[in-house]
Amino acid sequence: MNTTNPLILLIATIFTHNIALVYILGMCPFIVISKNFKTALGMGAAIIFVVTLTAIINWPIYWLILVPAHAEIVSYLIFIIVIAATVQLLEMLIEKFFPPLQSSFGIFLPLITVNCIVLAVLLFMVLRKYDFIQTIFYSVGTSAGWALAIIIMAAIKEKMMLVSDIPKGLRGAGITMIIAGLLAFAFMGFAGMITLQ
Amino acid sequence: MTAILIMNVILVVIAILLVIAEKYLVTYGDCRITINKEKILTVNGGDNLLSYFAQNKIFVPSACGGKATCGYCKVEVLSGGGSILPTEEVFISAKDRLKGVRLACQVKVKNDIEVLISPELLSAQEYKAAVVKILDLTSDIKHVFLKLEEPSSISFKPGQYVQFKIPETDEFRAYSVASQPSQNNTIDLVVRLVPNGMCSSYIHEVLDINDKIALTGPFGDFYLREDSDKDIICIGGGCGMAPIRSILLHLKEKNMPRKVTYFFGARSKKDLFFTEELFKLSKEFPNFKYVPALSEPKPQDSWRGETGLITQVVERTVIGNAHTEAYLCGPPPMIDASIAVLTKKGIEEIYIYYDKF
Repeated sequence: MNTTNPLILLIATIFTHNIALVYILGMCPFIVISKNFKTALGMGAAIIFVVTLTAIINWPIYWLILVPAHAEIVSYLIFIIVIAATVQLLEMLIEKFFPPLQSSFGIFLPLITVNCIVLAVLLFMVLRKYDFIQTIFYSVGTSAGWALAIIIMAAIKEKMMLVSDIPKGLRGAGITMIIAGLLAFAFMGFAGMITLQ
Repeated sequence: MTAILIMNVILVVIAILLVIAEKYLVTYGDCRITINKEKILTVNGGDNLLSYFAQNKIFVPSACGGKATCGYCKVEVLSGGGSILPTEEVFISAKDRLKGVRLACQVKVKNDIEVLISPELLSAQEYKAAVVKILDLTSDIKHVFLKLEEPSSISFKPGQYVQFKIPETDEFRAYSVASQPSQNNTIDLVVRLVPNGMCSSYIHEVLDINDKIALTGPFGDFYLREDSDKDIICIGGGCGMAPIRSILLHLKEKNMPRKVTYFFGARSKKDLFFTEELFKLSKEFPNFKYVPALSEPKPQDSWRGETGLITQVVERTVIGNAHTEAYLCGPPPMIDASIAVLTKKGIEEIYIYYDKF
C-alpha cells in the first residue's frame, strides 16, 4: 500500500501535481467552457462532486470485488459504466430534490460524464495503490486543482474580453492555449516541493 | 470467465438501479402548456418546449435543432418555466429577461406552463413543394424556384422567410423568400453556399429538379410596412438580396408608390446578381434607384459605378431625412455599421428594420 500522508496528497494534487496544468488532462472543457467566470464556478463544483463520488463508489468495487475475483482486466469498462450511471442518477436526484441546484450545476453533469479526469483519477487510484482515505483526499484535491485552473482561466479570459485587443487569428482557442501554457509555467514554480509516488 | 460474469452482474445491478430510479424520480405526469392564454396542449412532461411545439405542428423557428446555438426559438414564458439557464444567457438581453423571454429548446416541461408566442407562428404551416428550376446567380449563390404542392398557396408579407427542412434529418435552415407575395403558389429562394453548411451544401450539391421538399413558414418581423408612406432605403449584401427583391417586386406591382433607393454591396462584379432586372426596374420607375457598389473592383470589371464599402457609399450619397424608413438585410457587421450611418443621417432607429444572418 501507498504510505503518502493524505493531507500531502491534497496539497500536491492542487499545486505541484495539478491535473490540468501539469498532467494536461481534462482539456476539452478547460478550453471550451472557460469563457465565463460563473459558468466555470458551476463546472468546477460539478467536477469536484462527480470525481469524489465516483472515486468513493469505484474504490470498493475495484478492491473488494474485482481484485479478489482476479477480474482487473474489466476494470476500465466497469469504471466507465459506473461513472455514466452515477452521473445519470445524480442528475435525476438533483432535478427531483434540489431544483435550484439544477440550473447552477446540474446542466454541467452530462458534460462531465465523458471528461477524462474522472477516469484518470480512478486509474491513478489503482496505479498508485491508494487506500480508501487517500483516495478521498486524492480525488478531492485533483478535482479542486482542476476547478482552480478553470476558474483562473475564466477570470483571465473575462478580463481580456474587456481590456485587450487580441489579434484576430488568435481569438478563441488560440489565445486560450497560450494562456494555458503561461499558467502551466506559473505552476512549474511549485514543482519539486513535493514528490508523489 | 469470472471477469465477464462479474462485469455482467455489475451491469445488471446498475441497469436495475437506473430503471427503478427513473420510475420513481422522473415522473412529471400530464402537464398543460397554455399558449397565448387560449390554446392548451396536454403533454406527458420531461421533454423541452420546442419538441412539444413541433409534435403539435406549431412551427417555432429553430435553425440549430435545439442545441442553444442559434437563438431563434425565443418564446415568452409567463409561468412554470423555472429560471434562465447559463446556456441561454448569451441570446437574451437584460430587457427580454425581465419579460420572461426564454429559448424554447432549453425550457424543460416539468409542470403546467404558460407561454406567449407571436400569433403569426400559430398560422405558420408546413408546405410540401417541388423544385422547378435551379439557376446559378454567382459562383456560390443559387436561385431555387419551388412550386407549392400541399397546400398549394401561401400568404406572406414581402421580406419574411421560410424554413427549409433538410430531407432525411430534423434540421431546418431559414431562407428569405425572394419572390413577391402575389405569386402565391411558388417561392423563390436565394441560397449562398456556406463552407461546411449542411443545408446550403445540400441545396447546392444534391438538390435537383423535381425533388420534393418540405418548408415551414412564413416567419419573421422583417417585412415591408405597408401602412407607411415614408421614403424607403434598402441596403443589402450577399443573399440579403432575397427579401429586398421580394419587397421591390411587391412595390413594382403597386406601381412603386414610394421613393425607393436600393444600395447593394458586393466585392467585385462577379458577385453582383439580378443586376439587369434591377436596372430595368429603375428605368421603368423614376421613383426607384438601384445603387450597386463594389468594395474591391477588379481591373477587368471596368467598373464605373460606386466603389467602397456599402456603408461608405450610403454615407456619401444619402441625404438625411426623418421621413424615411430603412430595410437592411445582410451580414451582422454590415447591418451594425449601416444602422450607425443611418441614425447619424437622422433616420429614427425605430424605422430601421433589419434581418441579420
